[in-house]
Amino acid sequence: MADEVSTEERPAALRSDIKLTEETFLTDEFLRQLISVGEVDILVGLPTYNNARTVGGVVTAVQEGLLNWFPRERAVILNADGGSRDGTPDLVVSASIDDAQRRSSNRFTLRTLHSISTQYGSGNAPGTAVRTILAASELLRARACAVIAPEATNLQPDCLRTLLGPVYQDQCDLMLPTYARHKFDGLLINNLLYPMTRALYGVRIREPYASEFAFSGRFGDQFLAQNSWGDESARAGCEVRFTLAAITGGLRISQTFQGIKPHVERHAADLVPALRQTIGVLFWSMEANFSLWSGVRESQAVAMNGGKQQFTLEPLRINRKRLLEMFKTGVSELKSVFQGILSSGTLEELKRIAQLEESDFRYPAELWVKTVYEFATAYHKAVISRDHIIQALAPLFRGRAFTFLVENRSSSASEVENHIESLCLEFERLKPYLLEMWNGRE
Amino acid sequence: MRELIVNELAQAAQELARAFAHFLPRLIVLVVITFVGWAIAYVLKMVVRSILRLINFDRLSENAGASQLLAKAALPPSSELLSRFAFWVAWLGFVLLGVSVLGIVGLQEQISHFFLFLPRLFVALFIMFFGLLAASFFSRAALLGAVNANLPSPRLLSLATRVLIIVFVLSMVFEEVGIAEQTVLLAFGIVFGAMMLGLAIAFGLGGKDLAQHFLERRLAHHKRDEENEDELSPL
Repeated sequence: MADEVSTEERPAALRSDIKLTEETFLTDEFLRQLISVGEVDILVGLPTYNNARTVGGVVTAVQEGLLNWFPRERAVILNADGGSRDGTPDLVVSASIDDAQRRSSNRFTLRTLHSISTQYGSGNAPGTAVRTILAASELLRARACAVIAPEATNLQPDCLRTLLGPVYQDQCDLMLPTYARHKFDGLLINNLLYPMTRALYGVRIREPYASEFAFSGRFGDQFLAQNSWGDESARAGCEVRFTLAAITGGLRISQTFQGIKPHVERHAADLVPALRQTIGVLFWSMEANFSLWSGVRESQAVAMNGGKQQFTLEPLRINRKRLLEMFKTGVSELKSVFQGILSSGTLEELKRIAQLEESDFRYPAELWVKTVYEFATAYHKAVISRDHIIQALAPLFRGRAFTFLVENRSSSASEVENHIESLCLEFERLKPYLLEMWNGRE
Repeated sequence: MRELIVNELAQAAQELARAFAHFLPRLIVLVVITFVGWAIAYVLKMVVRSILRLINFDRLSENAGASQLLAKAALPPSSELLSRFAFWVAWLGFVLLGVSVLGIVGLQEQISHFFLFLPRLFVALFIMFFGLLAASFFSRAALLGAVNANLPSPRLLSLATRVLIIVFVLSMVFEEVGIAEQTVLLAFGIVFGAMMLGLAIAFGLGGKDLAQHFLERRLAHHKRDEENEDELSPL
């Protein structure tokens, strides 16, 4: 436990806020660092956990971006670390600004650029990391904040301008990214999160689960106060909660193109946590915001800077057969679970397609949308444990992913975009079905 | 002699009449308690039924797998069954209370035993219900976990989880109600031990390849990387 910090040591501006923080979770050592930084205009948060391999380059890009585009602003780079054992925090704090200055044609910041780090726990907990960044932003009274993923190896200094600039100039409250991604990357986002968020709330946000985003200090403070931070399950999917809070709060949201998103290696077992962090949060949000989403009939475009979402087409070796096998196993083994979640018509149709050969197999968009809507309804009615409902969706998603891969095997970028668009329209078309199930089914 | 007999008979008749006069108010009290008890038990039944319906107990019971068991045994839904049970326990309690007023020697002790047994019966039912709920929850969790981890025989794993928990719960229930405590304890020990041994042998011998595969996946990262080289990023 770090030593107590006497009230006299604290700057007057911070003093009133310290009490709140002391009552919550920030360590005294971290508070001491924040006090030495003082108030800032811009805060860049780096949530890390064993990212020594990539974080150095990201910090340099952030420094360069701040030097180039915000030389007059008071800025801090804040690393919220989950207890890395590979020296990640040291790399962030000790990153020399000289390299960044050299690359920025010897430009100098007119203010001190601080780099501080704190350990929020022992283990990777992105929700707690974001909470730490938000709390620091509140205490430092930052006007604009950005959260940058430590794996963002393709981050360009210019990205900081496009992310933070409009927020800093008070043109928007939340800036979300769009990327150039492989056409088969982010399958959960393209096949479920994006279309369903769009159908529910009527806003076309391509990356509702953003790993890099910027927000106004005002919105950050508001979210920090309103969001439930009780336990890790409540903190899970903080990124989607953040986006949804901005949507439901009627805040100004923009999107900006951030270039190529580096491929992050994931394993089959990562799907269930990914579903919890995204779809679990989306289903959860439907409870509280029923009056809002039930009245939305069509979707609107969200302001986009610097280009739309793009797809790259390089060849990728994918084990489609395994996806299909896991779908078929899921349908046959989880019948008893699905009986409580799905309508008999949808379940029969799923059983039918599970019998098809690989060459004939298709999980049609309409059936997929009905499946998802029935899952959302079952989640609302809590027919079984809500976490079990989310887990049960995983094998069905694999079936849909298989179909997406087959349909887009030789598609061009524009054809992939068209397929995603038609899926989105299907989600919007079948929204009355969701409302009917939501209101009527017992 | 004749007079003596008449006197004795008269005395016996008087004693009988006195005993009857002594017994009759108690009998009336028994009848009153029985009727009042019936009314109270009936009200209790309605209250219990309303509360159970209010908290959607039938769905909870369905999730626990208890409804399916009841349906197989041609019994009414669990909320109805529990409310009826509350009625009969309450009414029987009142009847026994009334009977105890009669002051019949020997019955008093049995009645007090019954009242002492009631809390244990309720605890046993409580354990049974939540045990079934836990068995259903954990067996479903095992099923979903196994399916999503692509493990072989997910339903077998789920069934094994359910059986283990139910065996454990039943042994607790029998112990609580005091039915053949020693036998149940011994039987539980034997069944549990046999299952563990069976699983160990099955996993060690029958499934040695599976065990090897499992350990390799856990410990040898290079193998895992090879397997996942073509996994897609969902996010």
